Amino acid sequence: MGAERRELLMQGNEAVAEGALAAGCRFFAGYPITPSTEIAEYLSVKLPHLGGTFIQMEDELASMGAVIGASLAGVKAMTATSGPGFSLMQENIGFACEAEVPCVVVNVMRGGPSTGLPTFPAQGDVMQARWGTHGDHPIIVLSAASVPECFSLTVRAFNLSERYRTPIILLLDEVVAHMREKITMPPAEELEIFNRVTPTVPPEWYIPYADTPSGVPPMAPFGEGYRYHVTGLTHDIRGFPTARDDEIGPFIKRLFRKISQNFPDIHMSQTFRTEDAEITVIAYGCVARSAKRAVVEARDRGLKAGLLKLMTVWPFDRSAVEQAARRSKVVLVPEMNMGQISREVKRVNNGVSTVETLNKVDGTLITPGEILEKITEVLS
Amino acid sequence: MKEVTKLIHKYLRHDKKFPHVSCPGCGNGIILGALIRAIDRIGFAKDEIVLISGIGCSGRMPVYVDFNTLHTTHGRALTFATGIKLAKPELTVIVFMGDGDATAIGGNHFIHAARRNVDVSAIIFNNNIYGMTGGQFSPTTPYGMKATTAPYWHIEHAFKIAELAVTAGAVFVGRETVYNAKGLDALIEKALLKKGFSVVETITHCHIQYGRYNRLGTAVDMLKWQRDNSIPVEKAQKLSSEELEGKIITGVLVDRELPIYQHEYDRIRERAREIAV
Repeated sequence: MGAERRELLMQGNEAVAEGALAAGCRFFAGYPITPSTEIAEYLSVKLPHLGGTFIQMEDELASMGAVIGASLAGVKAMTATSGPGFSLMQENIGFACEAEVPCVVVNVMRGGPSTGLPTFPAQGDVMQARWGTHGDHPIIVLSAASVPECFSLTVRAFNLSERYRTPIILLLDEVVAHMREKITMPPAEELEIFNRVTPTVPPEWYIPYADTPSGVPPMAPFGEGYRYHVTGLTHDIRGFPTARDDEIGPFIKRLFRKISQNFPDIHMSQTFRTEDAEITVIAYGCVARSAKRAVVEARDRGLKAGLLKLMTVWPFDRSAVEQAARRSKVVLVPEMNMGQISREVKRVNNGVSTVETLNKVDGTLITPGEILEKITEVLS
Repeated sequence: MKEVTKLIHKYLRHDKKFPHVSCPGCGNGIILGALIRAIDRIGFAKDEIVLISGIGCSGRMPVYVDFNTLHTTHGRALTFATGIKLAKPELTVIVFMGDGDATAIGGNHFIHAARRNVDVSAIIFNNNIYGMTGGQFSPTTPYGMKATTAPYWHIEHAFKIAELAVTAGAVFVGRETVYNAKGLDALIEKALLKKGFSVVETITHCHIQYGRYNRLGTAVDMLKWQRDNSIPVEKAQKLSSEELEGKIITGVLVDRELPIYQHEYDRIRERAREIAV
């Protein structure tokens, strides 16, 4: 790869795979499922060429286990799936939260519940991404709305997972995953890549789950002299199971703190014409594209509309939404579900402005026209 | 005795608060001891060993030993093992599983690990019961026996774990009882040295749960039962299936050469580089 920028026509799923490789991912384990399969197929070609490993496992439970195993051995690892497979992965996503193992899980959302609509888009897994695995845990969830974002947010997902030692969920939807559009590939040297912090102390001084100012303990890969214990049981700073309340509480609180004290680094959103907006549309994923077009058309008609596009879905970007709510009379949340992010918006808005919703669950994209119609209706 | 003390000092984690979780008289310690003796005889460095487990009494064993240790989710230990071995092939990856772990919740992973033939050794603790949760029947609880969830009698038929592994494609499969601890040492040593997916089914006893419900006596009584009902595989070949009913066939059931996953994948890497996509 030279320093020149390559302009390519690429599919969303392919851009995810390219982003993963650029971020240093060298291990993929997965199980075929529409509409995510192209990510696996693409990496099955590319990874062996780079000395990496692609493996198709017997199911999604196994895929997630293998990904965590590879990461513990020091290799950046990911998987990709859709709703039904994402349900199966929840068990070991919880393990990755508890044992603090960096990894990336791409969920290309399709209609649900159950087998649902394998080839149709939806945004029904937003709450599952947040709370799909049992127990109280923080998680970082990103949402891509374009092919370039599929690339950049996959890189970002790996960086965040390495920085905070936590699984990162990247949500796509069938539209974003399968559409093709232009992407300008940045030269490798322009990409900011973060690799997990490894211990610098000698093995006998290494405390694998020590509390640190950042809340993120250095992580030793298996097989390099730092012999320690990794468990899904609640553990003490040495990694050993504990039943002591003075060890359990601080551990769980540290898991939350390492995320919550870094919100400015984790939160990503974009605004478009919100400066004087009377109505702000809050959208993510494919719907954000329709929303942007609707905002442009509304402005053409003299309606003061703006867009807040969320790229970090969880932890919820409270400050961005609060700003939008304070600035506008109305906030409109169009979603391809029966109202998942709109509940969060209402909670954060806390009565400051009016929150309107536009929900569509018929397997088709919310169109710019539908959002424009709602904007017109609300502002008149 | 001196030899034992030396191994304890060398391999147990002294900073881990003992006592351990196993009940007095449990066979699990014999299996862990056999593994340690095998590793010591082979001369593996502690840094190159990754010991992985699932959930249950067997799952609690790795924490006590000074290797890279990983206590995973129920039934999934082999999937983590697969990821570790493929990401870092120079590591020696050993998996502890219980009978429920390996053949109920993890049954799918078990047969696929055997078929795939990644170079991992699986040591299965078969005590015919879910011990940690209080004595529910497992896939290896024999027909007609009792468990807390089979209070009348058990109406399902048991898996034969070693035979299942043979059929699924494991390159090395053996079975031994904890009664024959020296035989177990030797069998585990062979399994660790074998390249490819190797399985050692260890017949152990749970006198606290399985033994109590079925009035099988003390741990010693159950060990004696193992002794009296074991038949070496060489001898078993000369016996009829009626004569072998209810017996434990011990020894090496299969030792064969099949292509190893990592080697096959290395060839894929070479090919991918040649065509330079």
